[in-house]
Amino acid sequence: MLKRLAPTALVALMTLTLLPAGGDAQAPIKIGVIEPLSGPVAASGNYIRMGAEIARDWINARGGVNGRKVELVIEDNKSDPKEAASAAEKLIVRDKVPAIMGAWGSSMTLAAMPKLEEYGVPMVVETSSAASITKRGNPWVFRISPPSEMEALGLEQYVDRLGVKKADFLAVNTEWGRGSIQAFGDMLKKKGVQIGAAEFMEQAATDMNAQITKIKATGGDTLFLTTAVEQITLVLKQGQEQRLTRKIVTTGGSSSPTQLIKQAGAAAEGSYHIVFFMPWFPEAMPDAKLAKAFVDEWNKRGNPFEGLTEGFRGHDGIATIVEAIKTAGKDEPKAIQDALWKVSLTGVNGPIKFEKDGPAGRESGQSKPSIFVVQVRDGKVALPDFMKK
Amino acid sequence: VEQLLQHLVNGLVLGGTYALLGIGLTLIFGLMSVVNFAHGEFYTLGAYAAFATLALAGLPFFAALVVAIAAGSLLGAICERLLLRPLRGHSIDTIMLVMIGVWIAMQNAELLTWGGVARSIPHPFPTAPLTLGPLSIAPLRMFVVVTAAVIIALAWLGIHTTRLGTAMRATFQDRDTAALMGVPIGRIHTITFAFGSALAAAAGALLGPVFLVYPSMGDLASLKAFSVVILGGLGNLAGATLGGLLLGVAEELGAGYVSSGYRDAVGFVAIILVLMFRPAGLFARAERIG
Repeated sequence: MLKRLAPTALVALMTLTLLPAGGDAQAPIKIGVIEPLSGPVAASGNYIRMGAEIARDWINARGGVNGRKVELVIEDNKSDPKEAASAAEKLIVRDKVPAIMGAWGSSMTLAAMPKLEEYGVPMVVETSSAASITKRGNPWVFRISPPSEMEALGLEQYVDRLGVKKADFLAVNTEWGRGSIQAFGDMLKKKGVQIGAAEFMEQAATDMNAQITKIKATGGDTLFLTTAVEQITLVLKQGQEQRLTRKIVTTGGSSSPTQLIKQAGAAAEGSYHIVFFMPWFPEAMPDAKLAKAFVDEWNKRGNPFEGLTEGFRGHDGIATIVEAIKTAGKDEPKAIQDALWKVSLTGVNGPIKFEKDGPAGRESGQSKPSIFVVQVRDGKVALPDFMKK
Repeated sequence: VEQLLQHLVNGLVLGGTYALLGIGLTLIFGLMSVVNFAHGEFYTLGAYAAFATLALAGLPFFAALVVAIAAGSLLGAICERLLLRPLRGHSIDTIMLVMIGVWIAMQNAELLTWGGVARSIPHPFPTAPLTLGPLSIAPLRMFVVVTAAVIIALAWLGIHTTRLGTAMRATFQDRDTAALMGVPIGRIHTITFAFGSALAAAAGALLGPVFLVYPSMGDLASLKAFSVVILGGLGNLAGATLGGLLLGVAEELGAGYVSSGYRDAVGFVAIILVLMFRPAGLFARAERIG
């Protein structure tokens, strides 16, 4: 009896689960998100997810886009490039998302990019800074974060005020770190600054005493430091142990000064940090009202304050995609790709507008984000005098 | 010359921490033939135990070390009793797969419990370095090296002078004969695994305040521990200690005088050279166990 019933039950179950959840016009618009939610950089990926969820809730509270709600389909790339590629494929093939935001690290984004081209789906890149991302001739890539060259040019106006005469570099041994040393080195040389040592550390390394001993011997006055916040903490602490007296400038915008003060304590005192969002001074951001609202909402949700310097990227990425869907009037990948070129909005970071970058005819989109410098002073994050309006 | 001396001091301090990581693994790996991929996770466990005792409960540093050792040996014993004992006599590959499972499970449990954000452990030592002319070393690191030396010495004495240590060595030389002589071999296996895990946890508690504590911190620790064990010869405590110091100094000098981008590569080149000329490890005797 049971045996005969089983196939019938199975068919019934399949029919039920395969029925559409409602009319097409009412179905939510899906947006794919690929972030490192586990693995060594999990903290950053989760902050971006929190920011993206704020954007989604705000948009839905205003009635959604084109009369439909926005739904995020979030995939974990496990801080691993291979996983980033399969996450992109899964989002496109199984979830049929018309647009994606991702994938944090440059190596993860680069691994996901061929899938975008294969299936013709646009991706807004929210964090990655390797120059090659927009130079590969992939017309489905739209980046709102600055590549290292752009960041270096953004700092150029402050070099004299910082009093940099001879600079050393310490960077993580990845495409990002090496690219950053190149970009900042070129900019500083142009300004007539002497270059001392250029040292590297592996992504998982915890002991940087050899590099610090070497840097100490060059007699420079400023150390440019490029890596994730965990390693910055270790370099600051070990620099203090070895009495390294330098101005320290961190690049890349992932330094989270609030977390550094908490974990490196006095070793963080006096250091400068390039950031793309200043949650301590929302009034100094291009759109002060939006920045303030974002910080308030973040705190209201009980999200950790130190995550704000990453979290805003999630908001801006989703806001950009939704703006493009609105302009396109439909949620089709090709239409969204065309509409992304017309997007012009102000995110938490500032104005977002894409310009062409890369080989002619196959250009990627690159926005020109705002860049800020903050300093740790008396155990607090402060605006350096030269940054005050 | 001043720079060279500072590099040597850095290398010895770093090497001391590698040695501490290596000795726990060399016991388990060399004596029990268990390729313990979860070794780094016991290191992480010790670091989080220290974090809980120092930062959350506000107890003194010494208590943190005791709590970490207790947590490490308890979990190590449970792990051996539940997972390894039923598999005794199975092929080394099966056991390796089980240990990979333990590694993944423990790391994700840590992520679930503590979250992915790195934490720092407060410690009672002054941050100003001790200096001798141009050389400087942090008081905390000095303490770590001295404690590590004491722990290594105690472990060596325990294995070479006590009845339990003799029983351990006998079991792993010839299990059947040891059993016939009345050695409770099941209990010896459990104790050895718990002991090795406790050493890893102690290393975690000592090094947690020096570095940062985060769920994936054990991966690098495992890698270094395996390097040290292979360098020093399986099951050889003195070998692991010297291997650790050697690896630390090789990496430090490589980063200082070759290129910091190839720091780890220099360490591994040193290992390859050693294995080419002494395939059983630097300090292996001809009648090595196993």
